[in-house]
This record gives sequence, structure tokens and C-alpha cells, in this order.
Amino acid sequence: MSSQRKRSTGEPARRKLGVLVNPVAGMGGRVGLKGTDGAEVTREALRLGAEPESPRRAFEALRVLAPMKDEIDVISFPGEMGEDILRDAGFLPKVIGTIRPGQTSSADTERAAKEMVKLGVDLLLFAGGDGTARDIYRVVGRDVTVLGVPAGVKMHSAVFAITPRVAGDVTMRFLRSPAGDTTEGEVMDIDEVSFRKGFLNARLYGYLRVPRESQHLQSAKSGGTRTEKQVVQGIATELFRTMDKACLYIFGPGTTTRDILAQLHLEKTLLGVDVVVGGRVVARDVNEKQLGLLMGRDKPAKIIVTPIGGQGYIFGRGNQQLSGKIVGRVGKDNIIVVASKEKLASLNGRPLLVDTGDALVDRSLEGYVRVIVGFGEYVMCKVES
Amino acid sequence: MPRDPDTLLRKFHEARWDEQIIFEMSVPGERGILVNEADPKVRKAVGNAASSIPNGLRRKSAPKLPEVNQMRVLRHFMHLSQETMGTDVTIDISQGTCTMKYSPKVQEHMAGRHPGIREIHPLQPAETVQGLLEIIYSLEKFLKEISGMDRFSFQPAGGAQAAYTASSIVRAYHASRKDLERTETITTMFSHPCDAAGPSTAGFNVITIMPDKDGYADIDAFKAALSKRTAAIFITNPEDTGIYNPRIDEFVKAAHDVGALCYYDQANANGMLGITRARDAGFDLCHFNLHKTFSVPHGSMGGAVGALGCAGYLAKYLPVPQVKYDKKKGYYYDYGTKDSIGKVRSFMGNTQSLVKSYSWIMQHGAEGLHETAVCSVLNNNYMMKLLSEVPGVTIHYAPGKRRLEQVRYTWEQLKKDTGVGTEDVMRRMADFGLQHYWTSHHPWVLPEPFTLEPCESYSKDDIDEYVAVLRQISKEAYENPEFVKNSPYNQVVHRVPNPSINEPERIAVTWRQYLKKGLDKKSSSKLQSKRVHS
Repeated sequence: MSSQRKRSTGEPARRKLGVLVNPVAGMGGRVGLKGTDGAEVTREALRLGAEPESPRRAFEALRVLAPMKDEIDVISFPGEMGEDILRDAGFLPKVIGTIRPGQTSSADTERAAKEMVKLGVDLLLFAGGDGTARDIYRVVGRDVTVLGVPAGVKMHSAVFAITPRVAGDVTMRFLRSPAGDTTEGEVMDIDEVSFRKGFLNARLYGYLRVPRESQHLQSAKSGGTRTEKQVVQGIATELFRTMDKACLYIFGPGTTTRDILAQLHLEKTLLGVDVVVGGRVVARDVNEKQLGLLMGRDKPAKIIVTPIGGQGYIFGRGNQQLSGKIVGRVGKDNIIVVASKEKLASLNGRPLLVDTGDALVDRSLEGYVRVIVGFGEYVMCKVES
Repeated sequence: MPRDPDTLLRKFHEARWDEQIIFEMSVPGERGILVNEADPKVRKAVGNAASSIPNGLRRKSAPKLPEVNQMRVLRHFMHLSQETMGTDVTIDISQGTCTMKYSPKVQEHMAGRHPGIREIHPLQPAETVQGLLEIIYSLEKFLKEISGMDRFSFQPAGGAQAAYTASSIVRAYHASRKDLERTETITTMFSHPCDAAGPSTAGFNVITIMPDKDGYADIDAFKAALSKRTAAIFITNPEDTGIYNPRIDEFVKAAHDVGALCYYDQANANGMLGITRARDAGFDLCHFNLHKTFSVPHGSMGGAVGALGCAGYLAKYLPVPQVKYDKKKGYYYDYGTKDSIGKVRSFMGNTQSLVKSYSWIMQHGAEGLHETAVCSVLNNNYMMKLLSEVPGVTIHYAPGKRRLEQVRYTWEQLKKDTGVGTEDVMRRMADFGLQHYWTSHHPWVLPEPFTLEPCESYSKDDIDEYVAVLRQISKEAYENPEFVKNSPYNQVVHRVPNPSINEPERIAVTWRQYLKKGLDKKSSSKLQSKRVHS
């Protein structure tokens, strides 16, 4: 993916950085709440003695950035939403918008993100968690490059740097490089209400554009010799050479599966499960029931999935349409896992995980799977439930 | 300025010549030294030399070469050579897996100056190059003894070509048995990439095994990958972590049980010479990098040799010609095997390098080779101990276990604590007169990696100085991360913008491209960094 910014061959224009702090992010964690989505929970967190985490973490990131304060223009919302911490770190931000101190909400996050995009920021640096990422995603989509300073309780999304300090570092490199390389990071969140009751329901909400090196262990500039596009081409070619015309191909969500189908000039829904037969998309964004109908009694079917999020889940996070019932019917031998080697390496030795909601099916998937990582290239991965 | 005796750090500064590109130095009419015309008799005997070149191959106009006098050419390239940090200039422990050992200069003398090597032609009849053929024959004998294998080919010009050649042999072997279903090979994540690339180029599908929690290739995953489709396994041991896989015989047995062949990439053999042998562990094929273990300098496909060995039943597939000996005929080229996979390199490959390895082995003898292994392992474990005490350094896997000849370290902790990563440290090293180190193959399995190999050539003092530099940089990172991130300070180029690699419109690898893209019209300071990098 290339940067939104035009590459110029002359002197680079002054880069603009938007800084957005969700002042209540991360408060729920230490007091045993699962997050701070919603005003009531925030009040509860405060009552339990929670202290704001995000300003402190944002400060850590900004301190790393401080040496370039004279090179860039910084834009923020007032007070606790960024201005205060920026001033503490030695920046002189251009402050926009208004807030009611002590009573900010997700609407303020959305407003701030929207305004900053309008002002043409090159990078939007935010301190928060999954909820903040969702709020930002809702209003900016993939229009601007975004990077998260990890400060929330829930951080399933692949839009955060591993530490606040690294966030500062990545930001500096991104703003200083003439053509900052970007990629798409998943925005995931779990439903806090059901999680507090003990059920985990993780949904894939969409993708934000992030600096490439924030996602991977290695920085992009030292990265391998293949581009993301070439990797996907390799995976797609490998997959296509084994495809059978009569078989139902059920493609799970994700950028990898979307890009594979793009190689066949087929458009895939990014977040949905789509079905391909004989080289044509026969159904888009299907749910469990529709899948069951399409599969009929004994139609041969294969599922193509890619790990979603940083945890390595191939079933049960962000693709719940592929339920235990469906996966069980398709069977382990007909499940094709695709991923880049980089993605598998970023799991840091952890296995691929399944959580279809059906323990028997989950157990049947355990063992080893050959993940397609390129043309004629596979990696053996352990699957656990 | 002498090295500080207490800190072992140097006040180093690289030469900085602000050198132009040679094309920019061109002055019309300037030239080198004119050679006297040949004697009329000679000219008459030779006739018009150009007429021997076919018309279609002759230039219509002169090449646009820079016009520079000889002395300026000499100075130009001397200047550039002073702006590099090669093995002969610096303590080159940095290039882990490359085994940057000292290559005694006597070998250069033998290979480059001895008329019996320098002045012969590959098309000369065998009876006129008996000396060279004897060297090749003897070197093969040495490597057979070292590895336990039955035959060697020296044609592959590097480890990757050896892996490709071995893949071709694997294919020929299974084809000869009408076993055509074997389309897959298996390798491991920490094996060298050529163990995947070689078979892949030869048309195999490649399955990679990830490491288990101790850093060994996961044997259960390996067994799950084996099948009647498995043609061969291509494996490095010790892998690039420096950890020797003690269960390697189980891997070999499991592969043989399904009818697959086993290939041992011995590029990391320096710590095992005279201690273990590939054939004794059951392997069917192996290769040594003569440009690593056997002292030939690295040469970017120029001087490299991937000496490929195999068991007797695979010898008929090796590239031809092979050098053989007969009491009556002496040494001769044998083209006789109809099953050979053919040539992978013209003539006998990089023969000068064979002379260097032959010389090196002769200097050491069997006991010397064993001592090489022992010293390289000792050096490595001494260095690992020192580095394990440097703040910010992590050594993953197999805690408490010794490594063989190299270690994959990481600056993961330093990055978390200070934001300073492996590439920052790498740049800062140059300020102390050390070459940047090698990180890891891609993708990085371990974050912020660096791989060091202090083979037998380096003294305790060399290792102490090297570690002192890393210790100093770690200290600087904890005290002032920005300082390290902005390094280097004592180099020709302060910092090269890496993302420029992704900007085709700003990269020029030839002068013609450079002009075509209008890069000559940009400011000179920018060009300087661009030039040095590209």
C-alpha cells in the first residue's frame, strides 16, 4: 500500500500530526472491569478508584517524539484529549474544537478524528484501546494513516504499536520518511456487556490504515524481498491450481482472502463470508443459515480462512458465521488456511487457535495444518482449541 | 589515536572523500597511458583483429565511457575502498553464518599468482593441467574424509547452487525409480533460505517447519508433514540460532522411513569439523561452503563454492565432468555418467577457490581442523557469556545450553525499554570502526535480531573489543536513546533514508538511468547519500 501523501522530489512539505487521547481508556483494567465503553461504566471505574492510563502512556510516546517538535505541525483537541499532555511533552499544538472537561465520550473522539482528517493530518496518533479504534474507524475509515498508543484494556485490534515508546518511534520514522509505507490493520472489539457476563464475542469491525512497521515485529524498511502484493499473488496461484469447479469455496473475512479473490477479478466483502463456485461469487456476506442452505446435504465444500487479529484465531474471532456446525460439516481436510510467513512469524511461536463454539469440532481441528504461504510454499502450523 | 586501554573503544572516523561518480569526473580528451604499437611483423601476422568479430556484434559507435587519466582512476577507487568496512579492515564477527575467518594471504598468492594456476585455460587438455587436477582430486578426498560422503562436485558456485543441484539429483533419483509422486521437500524456519529456494527452483513444493519452544525444529510438525509425497528434507544443523539439534538422527530416520532423501546444509559446519560427519548421521547429500568453513573469502558468486557431496548410490547423478585418477592416464575428466543431471556451472566451477581451500586444509591437517572447530565453539560461548550480561540483550531458546559456532541474539528488551532497535545499534557500531552486523533471514522470527559468529580467527582481545562496543551502545541507549537513533556520526554518510528503496523514480543503478531520471539536476548533498547507497 502506498501512502496517501503525494511523493515529492523536492523539499518535503511540513508534516502534520494529529494527536488524540481518549482520557478514560484503560481505566477499567486494574479495577477488574473489561473496558470503559459507555458513560456508566466509566463512572463505575472512577468510583472503584481507577486512574487514567492513557495520558501517561500518550506522554511516553510523545516524549520519544519530542526531538522533532520543531519539524512538524501538531494538531489536537483541547485539555485532556491531547493538548495537556502535548504541552507537558514540550509541544505547542494547534488546538481545535471544544470539549466538556471530565465528560468526554466516544462522540468527542469521533468529532476530533473527523476534524483532523479535514485538516489533512499525515498521521493520526491516538491513545486508547479497541473502543477508541472503533470510534475512529467509524468516521475516518481508511482515509488517513492511524497509529494506536496501547492504552486500553482491550487491545485485540492490529492497529497498536507494541509499547508507547515504540509508537513514538514508529511515528517519528513515518513522518520523517519520504514515502511512509502503510498496510491495513484489523479493528476488532469484543462486546463488553457479554464479556462481563463471561461470554467472549469478538467482532471484526473493519480495517484502519496503519504504518506497516507497527504491525510486524520487523520494520518495513528491512523487510523481506517480497511485497505484500507478491505474497498474495503467490498464495492465490497456489490456491487456484487446486480449485475444483464443482466445489463450494467459502472465503472467510480478511484482507488476505479479499486480495486473493481480487486476483480472480472477484470482489469480496471485507468483513463478510462470501461463497465462490466455478469461478463466480454466488453469495456475499452470508450467515450460518444461508451457508447451510448453500451447502445442501452433500455438496463438496472447502473453507478458506486466514488468522484474524494478532492472536492467531482462524475460527471464532471475527468470523463467527463459520460456526461449529458449518466447520464440522466441511471437515478438517477441507479447511485451507492461508497467511503470509510474516504473519505466522508474528505469532511468536504461538499456535493457531480455534473457537467455533463447538468443543467437539474444535478438538477435531487440533493437530497440524499446512498453511499456504506462497506459490508451492507451505508452513506447518499447530492448531489448538 | 590509540584504542583506549580501559574501555577498549576507539576514536574512529572513516575517511571522507566526498568522491564524485567516475562519469562526473570525465574530461573530454583525457586518457590513460598509450601502449606502444606492436612490431610490424606481429601486426602483419595478426592482421585486422576486429575482423574476427562478426559484423552484427560490432559496435557502430564508441562506448560512452568516462575519460579519466590513469592516476585519477587509481585515486578514485582507492578513495572508495577507504570508505568501506571489510574483513581486512575491521573485526568481522558481525556477519553471523558467514564464518568470516581470516584467509591467509599465502592462499591468494597460490591462487592468484602461481603461473600453474593463473596462466592456464579451462579448455587446455587434461594432461597439461595435472597439477590443478591433482589439487581438485585431493580436495575431494579431504572433504570425503571430513563428511563421510563418497563423491563431491565443486561446480556449484555457492550454497544456493549446491541446494539446487542437490534438488535436481533428488528429482533424478526418484524418477529413476519411477517414483513420480514425490513433489514435496521439507525444511525448517531457521535453516538457510536456500534450503527452500533450491528445491523450489527445481520445481518442488516446499513445506517449512517452525521452531518449537526450545528453538529446535518441531519434530511432531515434521512427522505430520512427511508422506509418500516427500522427496527429500533439506535441513541446516546447527540452525542459525547456533543450537545443535540433538535429535537430528530421528529426523533422518523418519524421512528415510517414508522413502525420502536427506540433505544436510553444512554452511554452519565450522563448529563440527572433525567432530561429527553428515554421512554418519545418515544423510544422503550435504554441502560445505568453501567460502565460509574452508577459508575462501566471500565473493558474491565470484569466488564462492558450494562443494556438494553425496553417498555412492547418488554419485552417478552429479554434474560432469568429475576429476578421476588412473595410474596410466594420470588425472582426467570423466564425462562418463549418462545419468548426470548435467552442468550447473561452466568448466570446473571456481577453481581458484579450490586452490585456496586445498591450501588451507594442508596448512591445518586433520588435527588443525578439529582445533578450528573447538576454538570457534569456545570463542562463541565466551562471547555469548559476555553478551548475556549486556543490558537489553536477550538470548532466546534453550536456556543454559551452550551454542555451537554462532548465536542469534535479540535487542528485543532494549527496544521495549528505550525504543532503540537492532538497526539503530547497527548504525552506531560503525562509529567505533566495526562493520554493521547481520540481523537475520526474513521474516524475522525473533524480534530485533542480530547474529554473531566469532570464528576461530578472532582473539580474546578482538572479542572483548567487539563486546565493549555493544555494551557502550546499550549504555548510550538507556541514557540517551535519541543519540543512538541519530547515529552514525563518524561515517561518510550520516544516514541513508531506507524507504528510498521503494522509490523507483529516485533510484538509479546505472549512469544512463541516472541521467534519464534527471537525478544529476538535484542538489549534490542529496546525491551523495543516494550514490553511496545505490
